[in-house]
Parts: sequence; structure tokens; C-alpha cells
Amino acid sequence: MEVSAEAKRIMVVALGKLYSSRTQRGGLRLHRSLLLTLVMKSARDLYHEAQATAESVAPGYELQQHAAAEVTTEPHVELQGPASPTAGQPRTLPREEVGGPPTELDNKENMCPSGPAQHSRKRRGKAAVEPDFLPCKKAKLEQANCGPQLIVNSVLLDYVNCGSELGAPPPPLPLQRAIAAC
Amino acid sequence: MGEDAESPKINHTFLRDYVTEADVISTVEFNQTGDLLATGDKGGRVVIFQRETESKGELEEVGETGDSGEYNVYSTFQSHEPDFDYLKSLEIEEKINKIRWLPQQNAAHFLLSTNDKTIKLWKVSERDKRPEGYNLKDEEGRFKDVSTITSLQVPVLKPTDLMVEVRPRRVFSNGHTYHVNSISVNSDGETYLSADDLRINMWHLGITDRSFNIVDIKPANMEDLTEVITASEFHPHHCHLFVYSSSKGTLRLCDMRASALCDKHTKLFEEPEDPGSRSFFSEIISSVSDVKFSHSGRYLLTRDYLTAKVWDLNMDKGPVETYQVHDYLRSKLCSLYENDCIFDKFECAWNGSDSVIMTGAYNNFFRMFDRNTKRDVTLEASRESSKPRAVLKPRRVCAAGGKRRKDDISVDSLDFTKKILHTAWHPNENIIAIAATNNLYIFQDRVNPETQ
Repeated sequence: MEVSAEAKRIMVVALGKLYSSRTQRGGLRLHRSLLLTLVMKSARDLYHEAQATAESVAPGYELQQHAAAEVTTEPHVELQGPASPTAGQPRTLPREEVGGPPTELDNKENMCPSGPAQHSRKRRGKAAVEPDFLPCKKAKLEQANCGPQLIVNSVLLDYVNCGSELGAPPPPLPLQRAIAAC
Repeated sequence: MGEDAESPKINHTFLRDYVTEADVISTVEFNQTGDLLATGDKGGRVVIFQRETESKGELEEVGETGDSGEYNVYSTFQSHEPDFDYLKSLEIEEKINKIRWLPQQNAAHFLLSTNDKTIKLWKVSERDKRPEGYNLKDEEGRFKDVSTITSLQVPVLKPTDLMVEVRPRRVFSNGHTYHVNSISVNSDGETYLSADDLRINMWHLGITDRSFNIVDIKPANMEDLTEVITASEFHPHHCHLFVYSSSKGTLRLCDMRASALCDKHTKLFEEPEDPGSRSFFSEIISSVSDVKFSHSGRYLLTRDYLTAKVWDLNMDKGPVETYQVHDYLRSKLCSLYENDCIFDKFECAWNGSDSVIMTGAYNNFFRMFDRNTKRDVTLEASRESSKPRAVLKPRRVCAAGGKRRKDDISVDSLDFTKKILHTAWHPNENIIAIAATNNLYIFQDRVNPETQ
């Protein structure tokens, strides 16, 4: 469970860094934004894997399942706006406690969950397909339920638009809108 | 590999009780002879140091040949100013990302300096004579009354105090949408490349209003972006070859004879990922922060967060040598991610004979690896350990709670705000320049001055 907590923390930290980099001198750094996005995706994938493992291995732990399901929706709410990661944190803390405090050695924080994945999970590109046990992508998008991915790609779109000769900061756009070419 | 500390005269120039952001050194580069050393800082300034030549008398006494002098400030100038892109509402930092010297062709020296967007060519020239004896002007430069002039004289050149003049000769702007991370002068002496996150341009040194785009990895849909260009360099001898590194840890060797646009690499250097060592931060730590050709042109040296690797151009399956710079950080990656240190970009350097590689680390430590003897050493750039003529003491980092010898430092005691990102090695001799935040350290090996 500490892997889930760790993954969530990493995602939240990544988002905080992404948002704060918008106000940095010199503008958004593409390399840094890309690395943060990749870390977030890694964390999210491993988080979902851990949840899937927990659900399949221990169906009796209803409390944790409840926490997991709620935590899954947590990020979508807390990640919608720049201020919300911090606002969301107090709400997530009780759920982390439910999951159990991390007790492992330092190294564990870096390690992937060792449980067998239900499906073979290849490394995904940026426009990733969600794991099967979650609602299908179309439904998720309509419910604005993509969570980190939606925001992440908006950040990159934002950077691209800032970088293009056409200029002008972008209005909020649904994910599928094409980006003006640089 | 004993080394002597440089005279504190150099260090004192930079000593301050506080560190202003603008004073942080952001690049260090020797010229081709090693007589000049240029540093750039976050405030957009360039400081050039020149090696003093010892007088002939001293040389004869000691029995040494050649220079073994100190480096003193030669010239200082403001290279880049803060700028603003009004169209994109973006501030452009004046920080000097890279400096590269051009090979010297006449009495003047030329260097390229770049910030995030604009590359400039600077001419550094000396003036030690001035004309005297003008007919129409007096000594102060005021025009004489013509009626007082009774004879003609020919102005003569008289020696004066040395003056170093630095003038901008070319400004290469509007070539990059993204942030410039590298510049590299071609061995043809006429062109150079500049690389940003997604594109590499080739410029002619004499033409500022256009450049050739030679690499473009920007995807049609930015959502599909998976890697960026992190560093690029021309081959030291073959003017048609260059290499660029990516955030995925790959190197691409490109041959400009193959096509005008080198998106398709000639060779791809990639080490297969070890699935056992996969973690949340695998992508970040595998990103290559610097790539350097060896002087021979046969090898490539790359630096990623935890290692330095030597690659043979003839073998693309993986590096031929891997050196662990600070593997004790592998279990600390999460903390380093939170305090942003995991994004630090360390540079690396070859010595003149390509037998030793050097790179920086934290706590003002820097590391050297001898490729032949496989010995390595950790040294510290600090005022306490850099008394004049002192021999630098090798340092050791031990695991937290592990057996500690005297003078060892524990991993938990490392100061991550003191990082050595920029280092340079004299092209021929065992002289190294180390940038430690706002301080520049120059160390010379008096025991073995020549690179072997």
C-alpha cells in the first residue's frame, strides 16, 4: 500500500512542480515538463497496478478498496486547478492512514510493486489507454475523469502555444482539440 | 594524481559572504591552447582569464619549459541582457548556457556565447599601442586651431598599457523556438551548430539572418512527445558528423552527407534498460545531461544523473565503460526528486589524452576516473581544502550508518546545494577549472603537468 501512497505523492509533487514552473523566469522548460510528465505517468501506472493487485489479492479488505476507489476519484477533483493539489492533500491524508503507514526501507520508495499484473502492461505513449478495470476512455473524458493526463497534456499544449509564433495563451480546451502548429 | 591548489588570488576575486543568483557560474570553457579560460554566469556576464607566462629567468632556474603560470582576469563583459518576448509574453533569461571558443586565426580571439534564445560572436582583441602626434588634434583629442599649425608630422604608434577590447561581431537571433542547450563549432572553421529541445540548426559564422535546420524531432502532435534533445556536438575532426543526446538516454550520430535533414540517424547508441532497476525515476535519471567527443574522435563521453559512460563510435550496442559517480544516491531518488536535485544537469570532461574523465557531484565534490588504471578519486573544491600549494585530499562518501573513517562524509551529511555542474580540463595539461556555484577553482598538477 505504501507504493500507492508513494505514487500518489509523486504525482502530486509533479503537478506542483509543473504549475510552479509556469511562473518561472524564462518560461516553461520543455525538458523538465516532459520528465515530470513521465514521472507522473509512471507513478499513475504503478499506482493503478498496485490498486489492481490489492483488489485481486485481497478482496476482503473492503475498507482499503473503498479508499482506493475514492482515491482514484480524488486526483481528478484535486488536480483541476493550480491551487487544488495543496487543498486536496489534507483530504487524502486520512486515506493514506487507512492504507497503512510506510514502514519499509528507503529503497522501497523507488521500487515498483512486485505483485503480478493482471494484464501485460507495456510502456505507453503519452496518449495512454486506461487500464481495463477503469471506466472506458470515452466515458472518462466525458466525465472529465482523465485526471493527471488531462492536466499534463494541457500543460504541454500550453507550452507549445507559448512557444509558437502565433502566440497568445490558450483558452481552456478539451484534450482532443488540435494544437496550432509552431 | 596529486594536485596543487591554485593561488587564493583567483578565489578571492569571487569570495562573497552571500551568493547572488547572478553570480552563479553557468559555463566554463578553455580555448584550444588553454591560455584563455572563459566563464559565463547567470547574470549574462562573461569573464575571461588569461594564463600568465613566467619570466624566462625563472624558467631557466627551475629547469622547466613552457608556462606554469596562474590565471588572472583578462577581460569582463556583459554578453547577454535580460530580454522579453512580447509576442509570447515570455521573459528570456540572460544566463549564459554555453561558451565555445573559435580556433584562433589571427591576433584576436573569438568566442560564441549563448543564452536560451540568442547566440553571439564576440571578438576579443588587445590594444597595446596608440597613435600619437596627430596634426589636427592635441594630446587630449581637442581640435587645434589650424592657424597654429606650422609643420606636418607623421603620427607614430607608441606603446601604452594593455587594453582588452571585446566587441560583438555577430548576433544570431530568432533561430530557436525552444531553449538552446548546446553550441558546437565545426572543425571546418566556418560553421557551428546550436541545439534546442527539439531542433538543431547549423549556422555559418558570417551569416546571421538564416540558418539550416538539420534535426527536427518535434512531433506533429505535441501530445506524442516522448523525448527531447539534451546536448549536441560536432565531431572534432569530421566536419560532416555530429552527435546529439536525448532525454531517453540515447545518442544519435548523424552524417550530414546522407541528407539535408538528419532526422534519421546514422547510428543510434542505446543501452538496453535493466528491468530489475526500474523505478519511478528511471526516465529522469537516464536522461543524458552532457555529451562530449574524445579528442581523438573515437569515443563519446556521456553523463546522466548517476553515471558517466564512455561509448565507442564503432559499437552502438552499449557503452564500453560505465563509471558510477555517486551511486549512493540511488536510494535517495525520491528526496532528490522533491528538492529538485534530480533535475540537475552535470557536465563531463576529457583530459587532453583521453585517458581520464572528470565530472562533478554534490557537496562541491568532483570525480575523476582513470580509464587505464581504473582508479578513481573524489576531490573537493572548497576554500578550506584549497590553501595555496596544498595537495587536495581525496574524499570518501560512506553509507549512512556505515563504517566511517576519519574525514569520511556520510551520505546524509552531503550538502545538495553545493553542486559542481560545470568543469573544464585544459586541452594539453593537467589543469582543471571547477565552477562551484559562484566560485571558480583552478587546480594544477605540478607533479605531472603534462597530460599523459
